[in-house]
Amino acid sequence: MKVKSLADLRKIKDEVHEKIKLREQSENAEQIVQIKVAMATCGIASGAKEIMSYIIDELDYSGIDGVVTQTGCMGYCYAEPTIEVKLPGKAPVVYGFVTKGKAKEIIERYIIKGELVDGVIPVTYRTIDE
Amino acid sequence: MKELSLHILDIVQNSIRAKASKIELRITEDIDNNQFEIQITDNGIGMDKVFLDKVTSPFVTSRKTRNVGLGISLLKQNAEQSGGFFTINSESNKGTIIKAVFEHQNIDRPILGDVAGTMTLLIGANPQIHFIYLHKKELEQFYFDTEEVKNEIDTIPIQHPDILKALKELINENLNDIKATIN
Repeated sequence: MKVKSLADLRKIKDEVHEKIKLREQSENAEQIVQIKVAMATCGIASGAKEIMSYIIDELDYSGIDGVVTQTGCMGYCYAEPTIEVKLPGKAPVVYGFVTKGKAKEIIERYIIKGELVDGVIPVTYRTIDE
Repeated sequence: MKELSLHILDIVQNSIRAKASKIELRITEDIDNNQFEIQITDNGIGMDKVFLDKVTSPFVTSRKTRNVGLGISLLKQNAEQSGGFFTINSESNKGTIIKAVFEHQNIDRPILGDVAGTMTLLIGANPQIHFIYLHKKELEQFYFDTEEVKNEIDTIPIQHPDILKALKELINENLNDIKATIN
C-alpha cells in the first residue's frame, strides 16, 4: 500500500501499535543499545546520513532494541563517519571510518556477540554533552 | 556537499544546537525567474550582532571540539557559485532565518537529493521538535507538519522505524505529485 496522505498513515497505525505491544516489556532505557552518529558538517560530508539510515534499518531488521540518535562533532573529523556505541552497562566506544560494511560488522560482532571489533579511535574518549 | 539535502541536514543541526523547538524548511522553486530557494527558520536562541557578523567565516564556530565551522560557509559558497546568494538574519532569544538562493538551471547548483530521507532522519533523531516542510513549485505546493502527523498516530511514537518509513514514502509521493525538482 502506498502512503500518500495522513489518512493512509492512520491505516498503518494499528499494525505498528501491535508491534509496539510485543516489544514493550523490553522498553528500558538502561537495557537498550544506544548509538550516536556524529552529524556535523564533517560527518555529513563523509556520508554519515547514509550510515545512520543503514544502522536504523539493520537494528530493526535484526530485532535489536536500540536508539539511534545524532551527536555533534567529536573532534575526529579526519575519521568521519564516526559512531558512538554504548552497550548496556558498558562504557561508550567510538568507531571511526565507518562504512556500511563496518557498521554491519559492529552490529553483528560487537553489539550482538560482545566481541571486540577493530576501528575504535581515541584512547581518551569522553562522551560530549550538548 | 553533494546534495542540497545534505546542506539542509547540516544547517538544521545548528538550529537543534540552538535549542529550537520549531524548525521550518521552505523550498521554493520559481522556474520563471530561474530561482531555487531554500529557507530555514527556527525559534532557537539565535545569535547576537557580533557573532552574526562573522558567522559566515569558516574560522568561526561555537563548538569547543574544533576551531573551524564550515557548514554555513559551504552553503554560502555553493549558493554564490550557482549564481545565487545567501543571507542570514538572527536575533538573540528569538531565532534565526537562513536563506540560500540558487539559479534553478545553473549547472553548478547541486541537486536537491534525498530531502525525504533528511527530514525523516531529523524527525527520528529529534522527535520532540516540531518540523514543518513546505515545498512550493510554481502554483503547486506540498505542506508537511509533524504536529499533524503526531495527532494522527496519537500514542505511537513518531520515531518508530515503521512510521518513519511511511513518512519518507509520504513525502516522496507528494513531491513527485507536485513535480518537485529533486534530481
